[in-house]
Amino acid sequence: MIEFRLPSLGADMDEGTLLEWKVKPGDRVEKGQVIAIVDTAKAAIDVECWQEGTVHRLIAEPGQKMPVGTVMALLLEPGETVPAEAATATPHTGSNESREVSSGSGALREVGAGGTAPPPAPEAGERRRISPAARKRAAELGVAVEKLIGSGPQGAVTLEDVEKAAARPAPAAPPGDRFLAMRQTIAAAMSRSKREIPHYYVSEDIPLARMLAWLQETNAQRPMTERLLPAAVLLKAVARALANYPELNGHYRDGAFQPAQAVHLGVAISLRAGGLIAPAILDAGAKPLTKLMQELADLVRRTRAGSLKSAELSAATITVTNLGDQGSHGVFGVITPPQVALVGFGRIAERPWAENGGLKALPVVTASLSADHRVSDGHRGALFLRELSDLLQQPEELAR
Amino acid sequence: MSRKLTYREAMREAMREALQRDPRVILIGEDVGRYGGTYAFSKGFLDEFGPERIRDTPLAELGFVGTGIGAALGGLRPIVEVMTVNFSLLALDQIVNTAALFHHMSGGQFSVPLVIRMATGAGRQLAAQHSHSLEGWYAHIPGIKVLAPATIEDARHMLAPALADPDPVVIFEHAGLFNLEGELPDIDGVDIASAKLRRTGRDVALITYGGCLPKTLAAAEMLAAEGIEAEVLDLRVLRPLDTAGIVATVAKCHRAVVIDENWKSGGFAAEVMARIMENAFYELDAPVARVCAEEVPIPYAKHLEEAALPQAEKIVAAVKEMFA
Repeated sequence: MIEFRLPSLGADMDEGTLLEWKVKPGDRVEKGQVIAIVDTAKAAIDVECWQEGTVHRLIAEPGQKMPVGTVMALLLEPGETVPAEAATATPHTGSNESREVSSGSGALREVGAGGTAPPPAPEAGERRRISPAARKRAAELGVAVEKLIGSGPQGAVTLEDVEKAAARPAPAAPPGDRFLAMRQTIAAAMSRSKREIPHYYVSEDIPLARMLAWLQETNAQRPMTERLLPAAVLLKAVARALANYPELNGHYRDGAFQPAQAVHLGVAISLRAGGLIAPAILDAGAKPLTKLMQELADLVRRTRAGSLKSAELSAATITVTNLGDQGSHGVFGVITPPQVALVGFGRIAERPWAENGGLKALPVVTASLSADHRVSDGHRGALFLRELSDLLQQPEELAR
Repeated sequence: MSRKLTYREAMREAMREALQRDPRVILIGEDVGRYGGTYAFSKGFLDEFGPERIRDTPLAELGFVGTGIGAALGGLRPIVEVMTVNFSLLALDQIVNTAALFHHMSGGQFSVPLVIRMATGAGRQLAAQHSHSLEGWYAHIPGIKVLAPATIEDARHMLAPALADPDPVVIFEHAGLFNLEGELPDIDGVDIASAKLRRTGRDVALITYGGCLPKTLAAAEMLAAEGIEAEVLDLRVLRPLDTAGIVATVAKCHRAVVIDENWKSGGFAAEVMARIMENAFYELDAPVARVCAEEVPIPYAKHLEEAALPQAEKIVAAVKEMFA
């Protein structure tokens, strides 16, 4: 029997998370064949097997984190047959009762018809070991506790496992579960936000006729690839307006507000498969509009391709959510902890606008601010939105 | 001003103060008079307070505990000293069937303001008949209060509220603590209603009382050296048990080990664990563990006696198993 162990994939690697098996029990494996994808702290890496054989049993489960050297799978050497005790280690195969149990729980896997793979721990019919405190905390944080790998005695899921899972920005999960994992991460962050942050909301309708006219004029002089989107101008205006409202830009940590030195603008980007990620445009206030536009486009592309840098994922000091063309008039968002504010833009649309006793149709956007009442008050929030509106009336100033 | 003294001196001071303060207080028991007490708690009391108030009794626990009950009903405030908990079983009928029930059976007309002190516990090579810890049996009985002073401060200050209590109070003094020396803080008194944190931590709650407290504190130090911060809760009062205090420490640490010199089966630790399950189940991150005496008559031989009892190393091992 060949033991396939997690190799060290770099001098600084001491553990890895199995993302996916590329083989299944019964498969023949050749030397140098990629049989698993393992996530290290840095990247997902294809792992080859350097021995020839037949996969007998997959021990590690996708999502499982393990130290280097852990036996991940057992392979039969060429010519070796299945040992007797291993064959009897699949007692539940074919039993109707155990099938019912298996299909009833997402944590358990159906035993293959050929009976080649005994179910990984936990055994079929056995209940997952989850501490009561872990269960309670998981419910509070919205973490799917059945999916976690336990670090406690006998593989029990502990409080620490749940809190680690909730804190992880993008939990390692097999591709099929990425959507679920992302949902869990969002659930945990948003539950925490609504639990901890006393939100207040203010909104302002901002006429965009001048801004859009200027944009049209500017874009007419630019090559196709360098044209600006309204979203970039809105982001720039937010970054600029924040200069006078430091209490909206920063983090609330350890019971105190820590203002940020620069504006790292988190941009909520929805993914095509569902879910969203809010990576940051670093130091957005200092960047010219053209550069901001380039970075925005690049960020959207890379977010959807899944190739973000860790700094972009963790640096945001405030988030902007922009519903764009398809959205509603306005959005009142949930702050991403530990940030203290979120700016929302609805759809830019023509609306009736009263001015100087007359009525006209104008393109208007509803801007909203959700902010942490521990740090700022509605009055300051309203002044911030007013400044944002004023800035958007002078788009040529924003271009710089 | 705090000052240094032994557990023995603290208890002696407490009794002397009680005798001086209230003429109704008397002390009765085997050897408390001429001999000065089996553990020298009452040395010199006979000369100071006279034979009316310091009474030697024959080896007849049932009789002299009954005498104490009668004296209490008659208006005195007796302190009855029973040499060890092993011998108190001879007086069990008086304590359980009479003292504990009198208030109830008389429809509240009579109370028995009696304090019974007895030594408990092992560790001094006195063999099985002098070494057992049966305080859990007494904690089972409604109608009495059960105290277990484990510190100089409690030894000095628990007697006064026990005497002030209108109903019977049994005080268990672990014989292994008598020579313990420590600082007596400058305080007016202690209550006989609550448990007390003797060390704060966050990783695991070590819940104990009496003779196991010093061992548990030593274990907490050993754990701290390995990065595990243990909280130590001294129950102090075994009946009525301070459930809120137990729940608070478990809710903070999420793990608990109960340390108790009783035998494990049906022992007092089991009651503490049951309270945790009833009141703090959802706070637990691991099964509650217990470190108790081995289920044997406590041996005479020193190494066997040590092996039979909870020790700091055993407590450390039980905690580490939780973090394995």
